Amino acid sequence: MTDPNNQMPSVEPETDTRFSIEDDVETTNTRSFSQGQLVRRRFLRHKAAMVSLVILIFIVLLAITSIGYGPIPGWWDKTFIDTYPKLGNGEPTVKLWPPSIGEHPFGQDTTGKDYFALVMRGVQQSLLIAFTVGILATVVGTAIGAIAGFYRGITEAFLMRMTDLFIIIPTLVLAAVLGRMAGGNIVMLALVLALVSWTGLARLVRGEVLSLREREFVMAARALGTPGPRIIVRHILPNALGTIVVNATLLISAAILTETALSFLGFGVRAPDTSLGLLVSTYQTALTGRPWLFWIPGMFILVFSLCINFIGDGLRDAFDPRQQMD
Amino acid sequence: MIRYIAKRLGISFLILVLGSFLMFVLTINSGDPLAEYRESNSPNRENLIKQRIAHMGLNDPWYERYWNWLTGVFRGDLGQDIKGQGVNDLVVQAAGSTLRLVVIATVLAIVIGVILGVLTAIRQYSGFDYAVTFMAFVFFSLPVFWAAVLLKHYAAIEFNNWIVEARFTPIQIVVVAVVLAFILVAALGGPWKQRLISFGIAAVVFAGALFYFSAVQWFRRPMLGVPLYAVVVLAAAVIVLMLTSGPQNKRVRNAIALTALLSIVGYAVMRGPLMANPTTLMLFLCFLGGIAAAVVSGLALGGFSRKQAIIASCLVAVVASGVALADLMLSNWNSYLTQNPRPIPTIGSATPNFSSDYWGHFIDAATHLVLPTVVLTLISIASYTRYTRASMLDVLNQDYIRTARSKGVSERKVITRHAFRNSLIPLATIVAFDFAGLIGGAVITETVFGWQGMGNMFKVGLAAVDPPPVMAFYLVTGTAAVVMNLLADIAYAFLDPRIAR
Repeated sequence: MTDPNNQMPSVEPETDTRFSIEDDVETTNTRSFSQGQLVRRRFLRHKAAMVSLVILIFIVLLAITSIGYGPIPGWWDKTFIDTYPKLGNGEPTVKLWPPSIGEHPFGQDTTGKDYFALVMRGVQQSLLIAFTVGILATVVGTAIGAIAGFYRGITEAFLMRMTDLFIIIPTLVLAAVLGRMAGGNIVMLALVLALVSWTGLARLVRGEVLSLREREFVMAARALGTPGPRIIVRHILPNALGTIVVNATLLISAAILTETALSFLGFGVRAPDTSLGLLVSTYQTALTGRPWLFWIPGMFILVFSLCINFIGDGLRDAFDPRQQMD
Repeated sequence: MIRYIAKRLGISFLILVLGSFLMFVLTINSGDPLAEYRESNSPNRENLIKQRIAHMGLNDPWYERYWNWLTGVFRGDLGQDIKGQGVNDLVVQAAGSTLRLVVIATVLAIVIGVILGVLTAIRQYSGFDYAVTFMAFVFFSLPVFWAAVLLKHYAAIEFNNWIVEARFTPIQIVVVAVVLAFILVAALGGPWKQRLISFGIAAVVFAGALFYFSAVQWFRRPMLGVPLYAVVVLAAAVIVLMLTSGPQNKRVRNAIALTALLSIVGYAVMRGPLMANPTTLMLFLCFLGGIAAAVVSGLALGGFSRKQAIIASCLVAVVASGVALADLMLSNWNSYLTQNPRPIPTIGSATPNFSSDYWGHFIDAATHLVLPTVVLTLISIASYTRYTRASMLDVLNQDYIRTARSKGVSERKVITRHAFRNSLIPLATIVAFDFAGLIGGAVITETVFGWQGMGNMFKVGLAAVDPPPVMAFYLVTGTAAVVMNLLADIAYAFLDPRIAR
């Protein structure tokens, strides 16, 4: 896990050792790849990102298959709503050796609910919120930032003042007010968070575009008569892709943390439904008596957010057009 | 430029008003302010409800309520909260503690984050880079209050138990010294042999220092005193010199040396009075005096590199003032400990019913700041480190850096003069953005640590669907955000002439 970045470009040894002029010409020059292939190859070689991706997929699969989603049943036999007879103090029954998960692998909460099912439900809800926010906010933020930065003038003034309007209201504050209105509805909460979190990306993209539009290749495209939207999409955004992708992942992890914060303040998800944030805030006083009730959902938030950030880092390196690889 | 700033301020003002409208409408529609009475069985329920409707003007249409609030604000009256308390008083009490928290955390995070970011960019793909990156990711991924609760539970209580004796066991000394030396060497880099030697020296020095600190219980009665102060300030001056102009520039070197000397002499003279009966004004004047000395020595000795000399000397003066303040606090630590044997509190922004001298109260406020500041700083350090690293790497790959290197500019100069300044450009946006985010984070932190700050005011206000406190919070944070954004844009234009208007 301590390898979050790409290694320096390494030359793959060619297995073909025949020497002839034609082969030499073909093999000494690197094979050509499309941009997409290059990105994919670089990303697949990014160890930390790949490890994170595997962990993330594992968590997602675990959360969805274990307790099912909506009408689809899962393989775990307990629900996050029912209470069960308490075993002891409700300690986690998972054992590393001999490996067994026992009756309640993550223990039971104070009322006897199965904590594994509760946490899985929390993961599901946090996932739903995180990805909705990440996608929506990225699209909105990129579009607004790129248009403002490229066209400047009155368009920029209008769009950036609109962005300012959202920026001067602290994200958490606006989210708290809207979240209170949403009344614990998960999808509404996700929309609310998306509505408040695109601003930073818009400003960053605008800054990047302001700088990029003065570069020679944009001037060249202009001189050739390329229309504005095409310059933005083909020439400017690919160069800003690193910023956008990194921020998309930051947005996803920030959305998880904001949801956590909202639930903590009591303006987010509400019981009987649950989320990781609600679990942690409910059991913050349990740290002395039943520490697992506090640690487990917190660790899930941390690991989840960490994985997303590492994947973002891997994507950043992979998208970087200046990074030569093979 | 002034016209531009005036125009921006005008627009920001309009945005602020527009935002207040949005916030007000959202807040009054976010719930039912009468909810607590609707569920109560109190005999005078109807009466209470009527009272509250009259008090909050709930029967007025929303635009009238907003107008009343807005005109009130322009008259300098933020209204009354749901219990009839004046919001003006609430804000005055709350804003101080919150801004103190946020400003300290921001400054710390920027300084540490930028340093780490630059170091990791220079040592890209080294063990140090990986370790810092990993830690940055972990901190970035931490839920604020989860970390806060854990810190409260483990760090604070453990420290308070330890400070009673303030001694290290031999094993602790060895482990801490090795770890510190390892971090130092990882950050320094260099060939393996050099690293091994510096690791050995650093480990021995750290172990010796820790042994000494433990033996004299330094952490119970710490103190620098004037001689050590002089050493620290001179070291800081050397570092500043290396980072700004380099030792070749005689003018800057002399200006910095004079500033450091003046600071040491000044502190030696002022230490007595400052220990005995200090006032905030006096401290502030001393700080101003330091800056004035720096400017004067820059002007006098700077010659043609006057501008650079003044900036560098001012940096030295700021560091010297900081060290002086730290020494004064350290010197009074012991008397604070005797009054307050468990020094790191987990709740509140001041010890209730605490009576002491000036430094006692000063340290009391500082110890209450420790945990919330650590939480906020850790979380925003991560983003500063990451962004600085990314933009530094970006700049280091540019052609003009290669040109500079190939014409023989020293690596130090390439990094401090050519690369570093340009890598700060994207950071200007981040700072403004992060500041607003930190205020949001402060809402959480205040809740966890039980501070009676702005965040608490907002939270209670929103839970009760009570617009005046919520709007007051918005006004303060919104104004702060506007100012920060304006500063960021000015800095942007200043740092990148390509987009200067």
